[in-house]
Amino acid sequence: MIWETVLLALRAIRRNVLRSSLTILGVVIGVAAVISMVTAGSGATAKVTGDIAKLGSNMLHVRPGQAMRGPGGARIASARFTTADATAITNGIAGLAAVAPTAQTARQAISGSANWATSVTGTTAFYLIVRDWVLAEGRLFSEGEERAGAGVCLIGQTVKTQLFGNGSPVGSSLRLGTISFKVIGVLEKKGQSSFGQDQDDLVIVPLRTMQRRMAGNNDVEAIYVSVLDGVPTETVQAGIEELLRERRGILAGQEDDFHVRDMKEIIDTLAGTTTVLTALLSAVAGVSLLVGGIGIMNIMMVSVTERTREIGTRLAIGALERDVLLQFLVEAVVLAFFGGLIGIIVGLCSAAVIGRIIGVPFVFKPGVIAAAFLFSGTVGVVFGYFPARKAARLNPIEALRYE
Amino acid sequence: METNILISCAGVGKTYGSGANAMQALQSVDLDIATGEFVAMMGPSGSGKSTLLNILGCIDIPSSGSYQFEDVRVERLSRDKRALLRRHFLGFIFQGFNLLNRTSALENVELPLIYRKIPPRQRRIMALEALATVGLERWWQHTPGELSGGQQQRVAIARAIVGRPRILLADEPTGNLDTARSIEIIEMLRSFNRSEGITIVMVTHEADMAAYADRRIQFQDGRIVEDSSREVS
Repeated sequence: MIWETVLLALRAIRRNVLRSSLTILGVVIGVAAVISMVTAGSGATAKVTGDIAKLGSNMLHVRPGQAMRGPGGARIASARFTTADATAITNGIAGLAAVAPTAQTARQAISGSANWATSVTGTTAFYLIVRDWVLAEGRLFSEGEERAGAGVCLIGQTVKTQLFGNGSPVGSSLRLGTISFKVIGVLEKKGQSSFGQDQDDLVIVPLRTMQRRMAGNNDVEAIYVSVLDGVPTETVQAGIEELLRERRGILAGQEDDFHVRDMKEIIDTLAGTTTVLTALLSAVAGVSLLVGGIGIMNIMMVSVTERTREIGTRLAIGALERDVLLQFLVEAVVLAFFGGLIGIIVGLCSAAVIGRIIGVPFVFKPGVIAAAFLFSGTVGVVFGYFPARKAARLNPIEALRYE
Repeated sequence: METNILISCAGVGKTYGSGANAMQALQSVDLDIATGEFVAMMGPSGSGKSTLLNILGCIDIPSSGSYQFEDVRVERLSRDKRALLRRHFLGFIFQGFNLLNRTSALENVELPLIYRKIPPRQRRIMALEALATVGLERWWQHTPGELSGGQQQRVAIARAIVGRPRILLADEPTGNLDTARSIEIIEMLRSFNRSEGITIVMVTHEADMAAYADRRIQFQDGRIVEDSSREVS
């Protein structure tokens, strides 16, 4: 019986193809909008997560000062780290792949007549391991250069292009402010970060060089810690916190005046942000699905009026109220279902196009497809019910007489 | 005359509207119809004949009095119960044919069988048989738009008789047809009445059509003013 009703509905829809297509257009747009938003959104989440993993996986980031707080939250000034703190972490904590103390500053890099403002990071050779940097050419700092604070540097691709063009810069020299450095290596390209920052715009010098010759102090701004695979970052984080509290003389009950941040936290936070954005966009798109449903209801009302005599005949012949109700309800659901089907195809296509434009991978989510089907079916039931009930409740005498 | 009573109306009245606007379409009609009768109900428009036909057809319920179809007190039935009564025991023929557009003659005839939940194959056989009875077996694929008025009404008759109803209710079945087609249709109805013993109640305002019936009932102002069978008995 239900299959017959579906066939009946298909025939009624085919009877007026143009009107049926216009009817489902709203649902098509609604479903397509939801699908493309969710798909593009998942792509964005995947990209952000991947990008952050590129910054260094299994990485902890140790900074003085308290964790960032919301607006109005005060940050308490606190003592800087020293190279000794980094050494203490290296020696005192198990399960570490590498520890890299860093200090940063901004300088003008000059080579001949070329001139480029960039950021300079003072650190050790381990920094490359921690941050997943790969050398494109040249070599790393030697231990001797690091200890002596030699005038050597590694440069990123952007700095290389700006100062040296396409030729190999290894062996050339550049000036950072007034100090002269010899380029000993070039880093491989990383590209833009998710935040739109050019990751290749940097110069890396030995930490000692930075402290002695550029900053004039012994400060370490941040310590990057890379955890061995299979070692839980939580354990290492707790170990570092305990060690640093002791070294900095923080009493029990006092708050930390430093902060150890797990990169996983940042990934979770950002993925969470894109998920919320995706949900918001989908909700807006969902509104158009609602409008599409109202479109179906509108046409079904017209259809019921047009087919009053048919309904009257069916009732006279022996159709029950629920037979007529089912007939029109199924028709609305079939319409919505078609809308959903086309909407899914259109949505996936446009998600692929959007993904290509904004540079986000195409992430296919079967769950979304199922949800879209379910949702368009629900739209059919909800918005088809009222017209169907109107049809079922018609008075057969008046319906038979209707012109 | 046979005494097997199929339909029994006692004091059936019908009032439309209420209060000052109340319109009494039927006033206390008593009527018995036996199985196998061919009854014509006549009268000017507004005389109540169509109202009574709707009540006999269980589409409408009386405001007063009682209507018994075989053993069933119809006025006490719910809307759905009356629909089931129509589905299994009644056949309808309308002045405007009321066939479904863009639907083949066969599918139109199958319609009541669908509601009876008869399986497709058997349904098809029964519908083709019914079409053959009205002489349209070769037209089964044609839609109403491709058929003449007389042919359309024959399809409608096939639809009405396909389920072998106890009674056929016809509302001005020849009202939209020319004389030749009208005679064709009325003779077909009479032959069903004679050969199959199907009870027929027909509303008409044409005396020459009513002449084909065995019993003629004249309506005026919501009352029966003349009943040919009463004069006989």
